[in-house]
Amino acid sequence: MGPINWQTCFFFLMAAIACGAAIAVVISSNIVRMACWLVLSLAAVAGLFFLTGAEFLGAVQLMVYVGGTMVLLIFGVMLTARGPFVSMKIGAAQWVVAVIAAGALLTVLLQAAFGTFGQTQGKPIAAAGSSRELAASGNDVADAASYSPLGLGLIGVRIDRLAERDHVLRGGMSGYLLPFEIISVHLVVVLVGAAYLARARRRMVPRHWRGGEQPSGVED
Amino acid sequence: MSIFCEPVGLSHYLVVSAILFVCGVLCMTTKRNVLGVLMGIELVLNGANLNFMAFGSPAICGTSTLGLDGQLIALFVIVLAAAEAAVALAIALNYYHTHATVDVDRGNELKG
Repeated sequence: MGPINWQTCFFFLMAAIACGAAIAVVISSNIVRMACWLVLSLAAVAGLFFLTGAEFLGAVQLMVYVGGTMVLLIFGVMLTARGPFVSMKIGAAQWVVAVIAAGALLTVLLQAAFGTFGQTQGKPIAAAGSSRELAASGNDVADAASYSPLGLGLIGVRIDRLAERDHVLRGGMSGYLLPFEIISVHLVVVLVGAAYLARARRRMVPRHWRGGEQPSGVED
Repeated sequence: MSIFCEPVGLSHYLVVSAILFVCGVLCMTTKRNVLGVLMGIELVLNGANLNFMAFGSPAICGTSTLGLDGQLIALFVIVLAAAEAAVALAIALNYYHTHATVDVDRGNELKG
């Protein structure tokens, strides 16, 4: 028995937290508890990102998802909850159908996972996009910082493909400048549209409130 | 204890992302709340992102890695997921303002 690989230990810790919190999201029926379990699951996935050597993506995951999206989601939960405990129970028959479908999907995905495992262990394909230190690093986490290649890739220069044999790809043609521009314009349009959709307006009377008494605070 | 001594392979990450994906699909199908469906979508996107990171990591795949493309695509997925969450929450708030509920089963009143 060799020395304990701490990367493997942390992988199993993070994977257990991520999967357990994801299962807790599914089986809990309180929407606020679901949001809290989802925060834990996303944070553990960020830890897995750190373990794969992508520290910038892990930080982005922590800031954007856990910081931004979850604040948005929790505010959405608070703004749309009518009572202190909003629970959504579904029937047992629906649970049976859902578990059967999910089990079939999980079986297919696990077969695919173990299939690729045997393939990559057997014969590694020729290097598709590996720089020098990436190819040399073997089983250790790559020590090269990933944010400057990421930033240069976003402005269209791929410094990780300098050893590319293809002359067209070597000239920085495979950068991500156009998707970066498209996604930034997309983000602006989407956020302006979301602000327009969620603007405060006069509240209308819902259909199933008519006929009964109108709750206080509704004027038209 | 030999499981803690050998390095993590690609299939470990694929199994974790498969579990996250299936939990997200299950969450999308069984929750009757719009926000619950939205959380399921977040879980699905996280499972896909974890696959991208595992395939792009030279520490896991060795030389036959996706390289920086995996991280860049995962970055785009994160940004698109944030935009999608913002729009979906705006729609959910609008729906709540007009229907006073976020139950997806009442969404059949929206047709036409």
